[in-house]
Amino acid sequence: MRYEIRWHGRGGQGAVTAAMILANAAIYEGKYAQAFPEFGAERRGAPVRAYTKVSDKPIHSRSPILNPDIVVVLDPSLPKELYLEGLKENGLLLVNTKKTPEELKKSLGIDGKYTIYTVDATKIALDILGLPIVNTAMVGALVRVLPIVSIDSVAKAILETFSGRVGEKNVEAVRAAYDAVVGSDL
Amino acid sequence: MAVTIQRAKVEWKRLPLSSNYAVAYAVKDLDVDVIAAYPITPQTTVVEKISEFIANGELNAEMIHVESEHSALSATIAASAAGARAFTATASQGLELMHEILHIASGLRLPVVMSVATRALSAPISIWNDYSDLMNTRDTSWITIIASTAQEVYDSVVQAFRIAEDPEVMLPVIVAYDGYIMSHTYEPVLVPENNEPILKYAPKNYNRIKLDPERPVTMGTLASPEWYYEFKYQQVAAMEKALEKAREADKVFAEYFGRGYGLVEEYMTSDADIILVAYGGLFGTIKEAIDMMRQNGVKVGGLRIRLWRPFPAEDVKNALKNAKLVVVIDKAISYGARIAGPVALEVMSAFYHDADKPSILSIIAGIGQRRITEETIKEIVDYSRKLLERGRIPNESLYWGVRGVRYE
Repeated sequence: MRYEIRWHGRGGQGAVTAAMILANAAIYEGKYAQAFPEFGAERRGAPVRAYTKVSDKPIHSRSPILNPDIVVVLDPSLPKELYLEGLKENGLLLVNTKKTPEELKKSLGIDGKYTIYTVDATKIALDILGLPIVNTAMVGALVRVLPIVSIDSVAKAILETFSGRVGEKNVEAVRAAYDAVVGSDL
Repeated sequence: MAVTIQRAKVEWKRLPLSSNYAVAYAVKDLDVDVIAAYPITPQTTVVEKISEFIANGELNAEMIHVESEHSALSATIAASAAGARAFTATASQGLELMHEILHIASGLRLPVVMSVATRALSAPISIWNDYSDLMNTRDTSWITIIASTAQEVYDSVVQAFRIAEDPEVMLPVIVAYDGYIMSHTYEPVLVPENNEPILKYAPKNYNRIKLDPERPVTMGTLASPEWYYEFKYQQVAAMEKALEKAREADKVFAEYFGRGYGLVEEYMTSDADIILVAYGGLFGTIKEAIDMMRQNGVKVGGLRIRLWRPFPAEDVKNALKNAKLVVVIDKAISYGARIAGPVALEVMSAFYHDADKPSILSIIAGIGQRRITEETIKEIVDYSRKLLERGRIPNESLYWGVRGVRYE
């Protein structure tokens, strides 16, 4: 089974790093994975997308993900057309917002058949990191709703990427978001 | 001389690496002595990672900071001329700025290795991928390997030093891979826990002609019409030799480390009516497109050109000879040529003298990183089948997916 995940954020929020951390965690577990950004859009504040593919088998294709199984939204102010584009029917949508999935669905007028999860990752990031950088928290929330890698592998991937106290704080954010994510089946 | 091969006992660790980082790990494991480079997107993280290894004490090397790529390659060849194992990396405009020195490196017969994260050329500015930069090096007498995975990038840099420093070759080597599409993609790569087996496979050749005050030599002196031609013919002969040496290097690598690639990679070619020829990261996408088309009964296969210079014409012909149609997808344009794909030209010329040969179609795609997905590949194959049925294969390149041009 191959999972194709598309990350949406704005430049500076760390969507590209989130995509990489998830892939790295999968690789540490002996799985196959690819992570890459939508290249060339890395300007602070500009919409950014990044991709992670995770599989038990080797991944050859280097196509960007046009029909993701999962969409993760780091910035709720992005237009919904941007991140819902191509999301598979019954696909999974995970959004950083204060709203519950039901409230989000209503306020955005999302009528597609998606399974929606929400988490207030901005609050978690501000409380723990002191910065509104939500990428690691969103990885934590994602591996709760889609357990393709263990939270410990995510922690390992984070500690390999960020050293010392920054790494530890980010692991804390991962665990907090893992617990805080909201959805009808959680 | 017979080569005795024994499977090396290597402890591998599986790391998530981009192709750029894979290059840096290979440079570290090869114990390169001197690196000179100038930053350019999308190559920069190669040299950043190497700097990190040097700063950490993991690699004992001299990193020379220079003011341009012209100087980067000049410093690299100077170090190589003095006997050091020397490396540089670049892309795009940087490679263009080096162009003059490319010929000097090969003319001086210096075993320099360079990685190229391939990228489109200005103007207009594009930081994205295609192979315009690499294809401009075609006639510079550099051995050129094009890799398609980060693992192969690591392995190819290791092979490159063995080939370059072979006393019967003594030519520089480029290891190329897709800028961005590979240079910035993280994927699993096996690297050894310690580099001993790597250095056993590719031992440093310090016992070569070099600049040494104790034993003075002159390099790159004036060669009159009386002698210049002979120097150049020696490069021709060395390139011919390099074909066999590259084959041997990969064979020994496979037996030693358990991973091999060949000079070309075949995918489902044996019964294929249509064979797609490509290079670099695109071949991975092509393989998955072939899997999909095969499920629908389309007899299609793929051939990847891994060694671009010297061109393995016989390997290519053997893989393609039974196909009805060969479709070569080039990510570079030779402007003003009717067949504008550099690799398509090469494939056609390999078959020129044969009475029995497949039809060959040249497609240009992916210019400036115009998106190529499995769907694109399927569309190309559908269209090619139509051409084959009509029995009319155009004797000019098709510019796939460009605005304002339609093929009926």
